[in-house]
Amino acid sequence: MIALLLRDLRLATRAGGGFGLGLAFFLIVTVLVPFGVGPEGGTLARIAPGILWVGALLASLLSLDRIFALDHEDGSLDLLATAPIPLESVVAVKALAHWLTTGLPLTLAAPMLAVLLNLPGPGFFWLTVSLALGTPALSYIGAFGAALTVGLKRGGLLMSLLVLPLYIPTLIYGADCARRGAAALAAGTPLLMLVAITLGAVAILPFAAAAAIRVNLR
Amino acid sequence: MSIWEYANPRKFMQTSAWALPWVAGLAVVTLLTGLVWGFFFTVDDYRQGATVKILFVHVPAALMAVNSWLMMLVCSLIWLIRRHHVSALAAKAAAPVGVTMTLIALFTGAIWGQPMWGTWWAWDPRLTSFLILFLFYLGYIALWEAIEDPDTAADLTSVLCLVGSIFALLSRYAVNFWNQGLHQGASLSLAPGERMAMAFKLPLYVAMAGFVLLFVTLVLIRTRTEIRARRLRALEARGRMA
Repeated sequence: MIALLLRDLRLATRAGGGFGLGLAFFLIVTVLVPFGVGPEGGTLARIAPGILWVGALLASLLSLDRIFALDHEDGSLDLLATAPIPLESVVAVKALAHWLTTGLPLTLAAPMLAVLLNLPGPGFFWLTVSLALGTPALSYIGAFGAALTVGLKRGGLLMSLLVLPLYIPTLIYGADCARRGAAALAAGTPLLMLVAITLGAVAILPFAAAAAIRVNLR
Repeated sequence: MSIWEYANPRKFMQTSAWALPWVAGLAVVTLLTGLVWGFFFTVDDYRQGATVKILFVHVPAALMAVNSWLMMLVCSLIWLIRRHHVSALAAKAAAPVGVTMTLIALFTGAIWGQPMWGTWWAWDPRLTSFLILFLFYLGYIALWEAIEDPDTAADLTSVLCLVGSIFALLSRYAVNFWNQGLHQGASLSLAPGERMAMAFKLPLYVAMAGFVLLFVTLVLIRTRTEIRARRLRALEARGRMA
C-alpha cells in the first residue's frame, strides 16, 4: 500500500502528471472573480471564503480523472484489482494520494490567494483549518465519482454532474466555517460537521467506489 | 405466493397488464375529483386569496418527488441484493417521473411565491433541498443514459442511488443549518398548532391519492416499455447470432 501511494505521488508530481495544473486553475479562478464582481474591497472580503472554497472544489474536481482513468487506460487498474491487497484499500490509498497532490497544496495556497481577496484577519486561520479538514472529503467523494465513470469515454462531464451534487454538504459546512471565522463568530459547529462528513466519506466511500470499479472491470 | 413472484418479468407483465387500466382509471377519477374540487369548490383564503389553490398541485407533486426517490432507493437495494431485473428497470422508469414531479413542485412554488413572498425564488432550506434533489435526479438519469450494457448500468446507478441518498439527506440538514426558512412548516402533520381547515384538507387528500395513482400508472407503463425494449434487444441479438 505504501508502494502504491509512492507510485501515485511520483506519477502525479513528475512530468505530465499535471500536479501544478490544479493549483494554477485555483489561482486563475481566484483572479477572475474580482474582474467579475468589481474591485471593491468590502464586497471581496465578504465573498472571499466562499470563492476560495468553490475554487478549491473545482480545482479538486478537475484532477479527479487522474485517480483511475489513466490507470484504466494503460491496464494497470486491472492488475491492481487482482493484486493481493483488497480493492477497497487501493481506492483509499489512491484517494489519499489525490488529496496529497491536490487538496493539501490547495490548502497551503489558499491563504496567499485570500490576501488577494482581502480576507479579514481572523478568517485566515479558519479558512486554512476548514480546507485542511474538508478537502479529504472532496478527494474521497471524487474517487467514488471517478470509479463510477472509469470505463466511459468522455466521462469527464458526466463525472462533474455526478460528483458536484455530492459535494454540496461539504461545501456548505466548509464555507460556512470559513465565513463565520472571517466574521469573528463561533465557527466550531460547522467545523465539527465538516469533520464528521470527512470521516464518514473516508470510512464508507472506498467500499462504494471499489464496488463500482468491480462492476466496471467485469 | 410471495411478492417475489412479480420479479418474474412474465408474471409482472401479466399482472400489470391486468392492473394498469384500473389504476389508470382510478388515477384519472381521483385527480379530476381532487383538482376540480380543490380549484372550484373551496373558498378563497382570507389572506392568500385564490393563490392558495395552487396547493392542490404543489403539495402532492412535492410528496411524489421525494417518494419517487425513495422508491428508486428500495428498487436499487432489491436489485443489488436479489438481482431481479424488473426492480432495476422500475427504478430506471421512476426517475424521469420523479424529476418531473420535482420540477412541478419547484415551478408551482415559484408561481405561488411571486405574489405571496414577493419573489420567485429564495434560498430557503426547503426550496434549496428540492433543487439539490433535482440535481441528484439529473445525475442518476445521465448515468443510466451513458452506459450501454444494461446490467452494468443497473449496478452503477444502484450504487449511485445508495450513496446519493445519504448525501441528499446530508444536504437536506446542511441547508437547514445554512439558512433560515421562509417556507411554511409541514402542510399536514399530527403535531398540534395552526392547522389547515378541513375544507382544504379533504380535497388535498384526494389530490394526493390522485398523484400517487398517477405515479404508479406512469411507472407501470414505463416499466412495461423498458421490459419490452429489453426483450426486443435480446431478439435482435439472437437474430444477429443466427
